[in-house]
Amino acid sequence: MSTDKKTKTIVAKIPEGALSEKWSNYKAQQKLVNPSNKRRLDVIVVGTGLAGASAAAALGELGFNVLNFCIQDSPRRAHSIAAQGGINAAKNYQNDGDSVYRLFYDTIKGGDYRAREANVYRLAEVSNSIIDQCVAQGVPFAREYGGLLDNRSFGGAQVSRTFYARGQTGQQLLLGAYSALSRQVHKGSVKLYTRREMLDLVVVDGKARGIIVRNLITGKIERYSAHAVVIGTGGYGNAFFLSTNAMESNGSAAWQVYKKGAYFANPCYAQIHPTCIPVQGEMQSKLTLMSESLRNDGRIWVPKKKEDAQAVRAGKLKPTEIAEEDRDYYLERRYPAFGNLVPRDVASRAAKERCDAGYGVGSGLAVYLDFKDAIERLGKDVVETRYGNLFQMYEKIVDDNPYETPMMIYPAIHYTMGGIWVDYELQTTIPGLYSIGEANFSDHGANRLGASALMQGLADGYFVLPYTIQNYLADEIRTPRISTDLPEFAEAERNILERIERLMSIKGKRSVDSLHKQLGHTMWDFVGMGRNKKGLLKAIDEIKQVKKEFWSNVFIPGEGLDLNVELEKALRLADFIEIGELMARDALHREESCGGHFREEYQTPEGEALRQDDKFNYVACWKYMGEDKEPEMYKEELKYEFVQVQQRNYK
Amino acid sequence: MSSYKYNNAITNNMEKTININLRIWRQRGPKAKGAFESYKLDGVSTDSSFLEMLDQLNEQLISEGKEPIVFDHDCREGICGMCSLYINGHPHGPDEDITTCQLHMRKFKDGETITIEPWRSHGFPVIRDLMVDRSAFDKIIQAGGYVSVNTGGIPDANAIPIPKPVADMAMDAAACIGCGACVAACKNGSAMLFVAAKVSQLALLPQGKVEAARRAKAMVQKMDELGFGNCTNTGACEAECPKNISITHIARLNREFLKAKFKD
Repeated sequence: MSTDKKTKTIVAKIPEGALSEKWSNYKAQQKLVNPSNKRRLDVIVVGTGLAGASAAAALGELGFNVLNFCIQDSPRRAHSIAAQGGINAAKNYQNDGDSVYRLFYDTIKGGDYRAREANVYRLAEVSNSIIDQCVAQGVPFAREYGGLLDNRSFGGAQVSRTFYARGQTGQQLLLGAYSALSRQVHKGSVKLYTRREMLDLVVVDGKARGIIVRNLITGKIERYSAHAVVIGTGGYGNAFFLSTNAMESNGSAAWQVYKKGAYFANPCYAQIHPTCIPVQGEMQSKLTLMSESLRNDGRIWVPKKKEDAQAVRAGKLKPTEIAEEDRDYYLERRYPAFGNLVPRDVASRAAKERCDAGYGVGSGLAVYLDFKDAIERLGKDVVETRYGNLFQMYEKIVDDNPYETPMMIYPAIHYTMGGIWVDYELQTTIPGLYSIGEANFSDHGANRLGASALMQGLADGYFVLPYTIQNYLADEIRTPRISTDLPEFAEAERNILERIERLMSIKGKRSVDSLHKQLGHTMWDFVGMGRNKKGLLKAIDEIKQVKKEFWSNVFIPGEGLDLNVELEKALRLADFIEIGELMARDALHREESCGGHFREEYQTPEGEALRQDDKFNYVACWKYMGEDKEPEMYKEELKYEFVQVQQRNYK
Repeated sequence: MSSYKYNNAITNNMEKTININLRIWRQRGPKAKGAFESYKLDGVSTDSSFLEMLDQLNEQLISEGKEPIVFDHDCREGICGMCSLYINGHPHGPDEDITTCQLHMRKFKDGETITIEPWRSHGFPVIRDLMVDRSAFDKIIQAGGYVSVNTGGIPDANAIPIPKPVADMAMDAAACIGCGACVAACKNGSAMLFVAAKVSQLALLPQGKVEAARRAKAMVQKMDELGFGNCTNTGACEAECPKNISITHIARLNREFLKAKFKD
């Protein structure tokens, strides 16, 4: 990494050579660490999702001494577990024209030409090894009767390259990584710290050397040191309060490293997933996703006539009573080439467009996802085999049978493409600090394709970081174990204790959740699916109000140095508020529409996203400048040498 | 600009609310004496999930300046295995094939009294209130619940065909979410269904078959060591498993365990 303060630019250390040779060239030239030195080097990995668990396991296998932290009671519960649909790879088992290049190209295009070519090509290159690895671990992927692996299609692709394990692919891949991790714990190369939450990064002489965590059971503050630190703590979608993320998913580790000098890239790129169960009530705590795989066989529609939509909303008409010719299969109508399998950002905006125009069903903010034709074509049994667990989940939540009446769905916050800025080696702007998986910004540009999050998490953890981190650690072999008695650790701990004390002593009137919901409303209304200048300015203003209210009127019962769930939530919310502001700020500065970032001022006459390549063909990297100071923006220019940048077309 | 609309039209019903009474187990720590406390909660939407009902109760407690009830939860979509409540005498409550987070208040009646306890088992000590320590499950997996392969240098994923019914059966077992309902349901506090699910999944697949017997022995030994009880085939675990894991997997575990014993 190198930054230029004068021009406010940053470069990513991309290796020379042809696209297909960059990763091989890098590996051929990088420094390695010999086995006896590996044992003497400590690596902290924060997070045990697909990225964290696979990285900790792979580093442990290599012989490094790994300290692995997770917030839940077991590494197996990280939120990767909830990914449903599948994982992409360029195996071309279906002989349908897939290749490493095509997976690369689809991902770049899907990301609306806002991702780094070299990273994405490497991702596509290692994708095949991931599938091999998972099968060897005993991941029970779906198979054909001949005994070979089955595939299905996901959005943004015209081939079937998605491997899956029923509707529980994330669970099975995570349990695979968890098993590899457990094996290393047994061997003693990885030490596991559960129910711990990272509260700060410790930097010594400019290098990442440790973390401060809160033991969530005792409430005590603990110090851990290492030669390098890896952040794999997922995304910050819960800034919106309601999202498909788990309740404990948070952006705090990313935010702490940002405040310690790591840059935060493209914070405004948030993915809104088109097929989630709609919001139903005031006490709703989270939104549930219905897998994108459902769009393989389900057809999305709304009534063609406004009066039918009104009658459905009033409960006077059932969707099954609406005749075929009175249904508007709007994705098939607008995008005949990709139909129901357009990428997520496109599908979400199209749903919003129909609902805003008055054709929504349910509360008015829902569209149908209908399996009538699939059941007629394939039979109920086949549909049940493919999606049974999803249908059951829907029925339990909504109390409606999707085999008989169409599902109702609406877009919801799902994933954040933005995150900690990393270079080609996945290293942040702080030497010795790495970031992997959803926590970094690296591979998805402005929109992630379905089944690519699992691919990226495992690519980073199994096949990229274990190589690139050695290039750094090779220069650390003479550094003895880092002491946690260093003044930098003491100071970081003191700051945390002061922060906790300050929060506990506010003793105001508002609960943490009530403030989080307030933030969520602002985020969804103004930093959600449609954004504009006026709204974003309003959002920044409202977020500042929430911040003021939080720091003067929050109430946290209990003790600071004890098990205290409300305090945990408060510490996370304090960061979400600031993340929300940076998201709004980034969205305001990016005067174009691209991928998940839709600025209403920039659209084609047909309502498609309109990029401004001459002005915004860069990664926006935000640098923290201090409390209540405006952050500075550095640019990483995106150079497209191998693909031709054009307007995305799914028609 | 779209905004959240808080109404209940997605089920095309008028929103219904109920008033309930709650008896909830409260316990400061592993060694502290616990007791039931009673709460009254009004205006619970029947579309709320069970955990959202507890959120509502906690908001009420916080507004009264009291400490909220501690319970484990995370994904709230039935897959992470974190939620672990014993409701009216059943792990994960009265509904079939779901976790606590997927249980909805429409399953309860207005005026009903609902009793909520933590998982009760020697293997899972209470941490606070309804939160228990399930780290024993991790220790059992660490003892052998894996295929011993390193990262990289692996043959092609399609090199070994696996019959679909076998892969499907392995997937049935692999669906275990490690919540511990099987242990909580068992009068002996046995973890056999949990252990069997992992042993069976890996024993069915050619990749895991190589060390199947060794794995079964190591995991069962660890389970015994950690204070879980014996299996007496009552089938309570299967009946309460939110993921429908079948006790036939216990039979496969026993076969692998015997094989290992013969080898000794």
